[in-house]
Amino acid sequence: MSIDISNSASVDIDHLAKLSRLQLAESEKFKLQGQLERILNHFRALEDVDVSGIEPTAHACDVVNIWDEDEVAEGLTPDQLETIAPAFRDRQIVVPKVVDDA
Amino acid sequence: MEKSLYQLTALEMSGALTSGNISSERLVLDCLERIRTLDESVGAFLHVDEASILAQARASDQRRLQGATLSTLDGVPVALKDVIAVAGEPLTCASRILENYKSPYDAHVTKLLKAAGVVLCGRLNMDEFAMGSATENSAFKRTANPWNLKHSPGGSSGGSAAAVAAGMVPMSLGSDTGGSIRQPAAFCGVVGIKPSYGRVSRFGLAAYASSLDQIGPLARTVRDAAALLQIIAGADPKDSTCMRRDVPDYLAETMRDPGCLRIGLPAEFFAEGLDAEVRKSVLEAADFFAKQGHEIVDIQLPLTKLAVPVYYIIATAEATSNLARYDGIRYGHRSDIAVDAIDIYYKSRGEGFGEEVKRRIMLGNFVLSSGYYDAWYVRAQKVRTLLRAEYMNAFDKVDLILTPTTPGAALRQGEHREDPLQSYLEDVYTIPANLAGLPGISLPCGFVASGLPVGLQLLAAPFAEDRLLQVASQYERAHRFAGLRARIGGDEQ
Repeated sequence: MSIDISNSASVDIDHLAKLSRLQLAESEKFKLQGQLERILNHFRALEDVDVSGIEPTAHACDVVNIWDEDEVAEGLTPDQLETIAPAFRDRQIVVPKVVDDA
Repeated sequence: MEKSLYQLTALEMSGALTSGNISSERLVLDCLERIRTLDESVGAFLHVDEASILAQARASDQRRLQGATLSTLDGVPVALKDVIAVAGEPLTCASRILENYKSPYDAHVTKLLKAAGVVLCGRLNMDEFAMGSATENSAFKRTANPWNLKHSPGGSSGGSAAAVAAGMVPMSLGSDTGGSIRQPAAFCGVVGIKPSYGRVSRFGLAAYASSLDQIGPLARTVRDAAALLQIIAGADPKDSTCMRRDVPDYLAETMRDPGCLRIGLPAEFFAEGLDAEVRKSVLEAADFFAKQGHEIVDIQLPLTKLAVPVYYIIATAEATSNLARYDGIRYGHRSDIAVDAIDIYYKSRGEGFGEEVKRRIMLGNFVLSSGYYDAWYVRAQKVRTLLRAEYMNAFDKVDLILTPTTPGAALRQGEHREDPLQSYLEDVYTIPANLAGLPGISLPCGFVASGLPVGLQLLAAPFAEDRLLQVASQYERAHRFAGLRARIGGDEQ
């Protein structure tokens, strides 16, 4: 879907907060809304460039696939994971239940 | 008068170690003493593990006794921005979300530094996740500019630049996504190199914007920076964007005569918005280069004016994706008031991220979201193609581009805190190198009347770091700015 960029600088702050998985206070939302709209309005200068037929650049230099031998290598051990996990029990990371009881 | 240890460059330290005049232990004790004395007012360091630093120095001294020195910089202290992983050390990215995180592994550059015998000398303050230009977005502390403590050191590698400028360490590593090495180097009167994209492995660098990020050195001289770049450059199987290309002898390049080159002055970098004193210093540098036999060529880079929007759309889109990993599940901060998995995401991230990081995640999600993706993100990527082509075409006409590093000298602390757009616009001179993958160097070229340093920037075609170093050294050898260090805390004159 293509949308005229000139109409795009109004921000649905609740939708963005949801996409961002960020819990924000109402005061934060209010402030962010104004700042983001001001920033995006400035960025509308990009509209003035003719980009028809131009390929997008995803990398600063030409990246090619590099294949390595399929070899077993050391990874992080459960002991190492235990030092960084927020909750850890029986050599596993504790997470909240994400499936219902049958 | 004999120099105090902290006044030595890294290569002078190396020479003193080689001749047996000093031990690495003595060197790092001096650094630690200086950090204890000065860092309360500068605030460059987030973490200093004295026992580990002394142990590394003693191990270096042992190697030297046995004739088993690992490199020129064996035993020389180097401090790292707190975004580069060292096994067993904190890696906070100056964020609450990683406040208690210690890296379980080494970054590739860390492995290379250890293999060279360098003493890893502490973790440096920065803008949270490298997002900012004043080191004011750190969750933990402010860093001051050693030349004037009321001013900002720049950012995001503000700790890296301030620590070197204050003589607390001779060298440091930073990271540069849109100018985060070069801009603080300019503000603090030190040398900073952003290598070509793909010159240095990003493995173990906490990612901000993966198509733009590069690790690079900060030092008080071009030669020191070259010696450190020598160690960290080169291919790494763990970073597929790191090029499999030979690494020249960068230190030798600093002594090589560059011959007569064509140096471009882009009109757009000297237009409205540039501070008059900064302009004067940089144009004096251009005159110097003309006297050395280089040809100064006026060039145009009209898309420069769009570099800021292109950068902030692409960088925030990539950041949104990269920072999705901080979810409170596997590592990092987990909210203790969350009730289920989704709630953990929302609350952990809401509590853990600071204001600027939230702003960039939101902006990135806007430009990537359904209905806006083509109009904003893809359009920015296309303009990036044009901007990169503009710079590559310029390098058909000139060998190097000379610009100011920043539009003005260091800002006062807090100057742009309430206006993020104004702060973004200040990055206009450094951003193009990241978008086009070019190497760039900032080096001191004078002072404004208030006593703050001015930086000049040289840009080259991808992988022409050798040429940057030749010309930067030519300038450094002829100017009194080489080896600058701010005098603070009652330093001798």
